[in-house]
Amino acid sequence: MMIQLDDVTKRFPGGQEALSGLSLTIDKGEMLFITGHSGAGKSTLLRLIALIERPTSGQVIVDGQNTRRVKRRKIPAYRRQIGMVFQDHKLLYDRPVSDNVALPLVIAGVGHREASRRVRAALDQVGLLHKEKQNPETLSAGEQQRVGIARAIVTRPKLLIADEPTGNLDPDLSLEVMRIFRRFNEVGVTLLIASHDIALIDRMGCSRIALEDGKLAAEEEEDISWP
Amino acid sequence: MAVTRHSDAVAPVRSSGAVSTWFTRHVSTSVGSLGRLFRQPFASLMIILVIAVTLAIPAALNLVIKNARSVSAGWDNALDFSMYLKRGLDESEAQGLARLIQQRADVESVQLITAGDALIEFKQQSGFGAALDQLSENPLPHTLVVRPSSANTSQSMILLHEELANLPEADVVQVDTEWVQRFHAILDIVKQAIAIGASLLGVAIIVIIGNTIRLDIQNRRDEIEVTKLIGASNAFVRRPFLWSGFWYGLFGGALALGLVQYGLFLLKDPVARLAGLYQSDMTVLSLTLAESLSLLGIGVLLGLVGSWFAAARHMRRIEPR
Repeated sequence: MMIQLDDVTKRFPGGQEALSGLSLTIDKGEMLFITGHSGAGKSTLLRLIALIERPTSGQVIVDGQNTRRVKRRKIPAYRRQIGMVFQDHKLLYDRPVSDNVALPLVIAGVGHREASRRVRAALDQVGLLHKEKQNPETLSAGEQQRVGIARAIVTRPKLLIADEPTGNLDPDLSLEVMRIFRRFNEVGVTLLIASHDIALIDRMGCSRIALEDGKLAAEEEEDISWP
Repeated sequence: MAVTRHSDAVAPVRSSGAVSTWFTRHVSTSVGSLGRLFRQPFASLMIILVIAVTLAIPAALNLVIKNARSVSAGWDNALDFSMYLKRGLDESEAQGLARLIQQRADVESVQLITAGDALIEFKQQSGFGAALDQLSENPLPHTLVVRPSSANTSQSMILLHEELANLPEADVVQVDTEWVQRFHAILDIVKQAIAIGASLLGVAIIVIIGNTIRLDIQNRRDEIEVTKLIGASNAFVRRPFLWSGFWYGLFGGALALGLVQYGLFLLKDPVARLAGLYQSDMTVLSLTLAESLSLLGIGVLLGLVGSWFAAARHMRRIEPR
């Protein structure tokens, strides 16, 4: 099992509950979408997994590690095991594409030669090897997102989480990004993707769970509410 | 893939050993920080200049003290009394008196400088030779230079001074060293004052560098956030800022060294002229290698301390949102 949530509640200082007693398990090798309205708790779920937030109560267990027991000092090392893709790419625009992709390897202290080999491999996987010397600013939104994906998978994580990765992309580019995700899934990477693009998810034929007010929404309800 | 074994999850193959990886990482970070400095040449130069001037002032003042000490060092062991004898005493009387004083237990040696010798020496050294030739008679008295024995205490020195002064042949007895001692006491005070001022300036440099690094951190907030988000430790994000502090300090120290050396260069000719007038081989003491290196070292140290304070204070606050 890759991810296990036991009765997880996340309450923010204002008293607002983003997640209320959520329990779910995600198996290794799964490719799962989380859907729901904005504010349903999709992002909070991903943030708990990435240890950007800690649960108010309950347990989040990722690949056998209880995140509650990961000390503050150990958070960076914990995060390095997880590939993360963001809606706004979060690229650094003061350096070329290749340096952006290499960043996780530099952080991990991988030697220069090995790092550049892996960067090229990762860029090749997202089809951007020919743009490695360019500045991300010169790339289209879809290409920038693919650079973000290359950066997320360059360390070969077992788990990849993505928050609205196609949020800013048109349908064609979205489908392309999803196909890239699918290819990683085929080689064993577990993927957890937050998205509200139901049409796209259905087109991909992937399993999905719906969140509503911080809880799992009933499947039937969901089918009704999302025509 | 437990947290403690993160490295093999991420980097199963390493092209080099841990130490050399650590080393190359530092080299590339330091070069990166250096590049950042050069990309904003004007701003960097301003900061380096401020640091250099702040370091150069106490260094230059210390050099002045050092030179003053070295010039006066020659006078230090001049613990002699100059006993000017009354006019009208002839040379044999002066020699007799010299022998008499020589026999005292508290006197080590007595040297007679006859009026004639004194005049010749004075003509040679003062540059008033032509004027002195105009005089019909020698205006100078015979002089006994009395060197007290080293066993004397300051009490017995006073006693000796009084007894020499009370001799009927004596006109004036001067202790040559009093003002030297006073001068050294003053130098000590000035040196202390410089040390206090230098510490304050050191604090100022820490604040200047700390503030520069703080602004740098704020400007690169997004970058720090992203790197932390993908697993960078505090140490990792801090490293380039510490290197920036290092470079500011090093360049500031180097420029301070340059400023001091340039000042010495400007002073070389005037000092040579002055030395020529005094017929002395007085030269200006420059900074020794050790002093130069410690100036650089102090610059680097202050740079590191300043950037460390800024980084430690502000880096923790930047967490991914």
